[in-house]
Amino acid sequence: MATETTSFKREMLSTLPSLRAFAVSLTGKHDKADDLVQDTVMKAWAKQSSFEMGTNIKAWLFTILRNEFYSQMRKRGREVQDTDGAFTERLSVHPSQYGSMDLQDFKKALGQLPDDQREAIILIGASGFSYEEAAEICDCAVGTMKSRVSRARSRLQEMLKISGESDYGPDAVSAQVTTTNHSF
Amino acid sequence: MKNDTLVGQQNMRQQPDDGLGPTSDIGSRLRALYGAVQEEGVPDQLLDLLEKLDSAEQAHAKQSSQGGE
Repeated sequence: MATETTSFKREMLSTLPSLRAFAVSLTGKHDKADDLVQDTVMKAWAKQSSFEMGTNIKAWLFTILRNEFYSQMRKRGREVQDTDGAFTERLSVHPSQYGSMDLQDFKKALGQLPDDQREAIILIGASGFSYEEAAEICDCAVGTMKSRVSRARSRLQEMLKISGESDYGPDAVSAQVTTTNHSF
Repeated sequence: MKNDTLVGQQNMRQQPDDGLGPTSDIGSRLRALYGAVQEEGVPDQLLDLLEKLDSAEQAHAKQSSQGGE
């Protein structure tokens, strides 16, 4: 028994960084994201017996977190989102491949997407889920998931005026997009 | 660094060409933002919570295994 618990804990631990990143993208705030992950961990722990070892714990945890997020939102009467992007301002992005300016704009654009499209493109594009898994997490049909992702992608491209393929280097993109001065 | 490989591995899944692949601007920007949060690591309070849950569970398991199975 003890060993089973421990491996459950270990699997959970390995998922936490990604789970937390998803939480940040949902809440737009680090402190709220941490609270949400904490609630999720407790919920998951309590439901441990309903999880089958060896199955996809990551998708299972994401599902719990997402349900928890929306049920809290409903309870609180949909608090006004006081952020200007899906990922928080506190997020320090290492300017490796893109200038930080460029990513700031991307963050804003992401924040302007409808919730369902944003979570779809993040689950597929960043969390690494398949369409089937993401559809299960969001409790929708696979076709719905695909169309959300595709709409999200077109909207982002439109907002940022970038092409899907890297035809233009990061410099060309940020030159187009940079109209305001963000402080970082 | 270690999380970069984590992100990389996760995205090695076979996906249809959805414009979010390694060469896409949107895909790599998404992963840059997401990866930055992942690299922050897990806050101590969360790790503490897991430890507490785990040790409570083990104590409980010990107790119940004494009283039967």
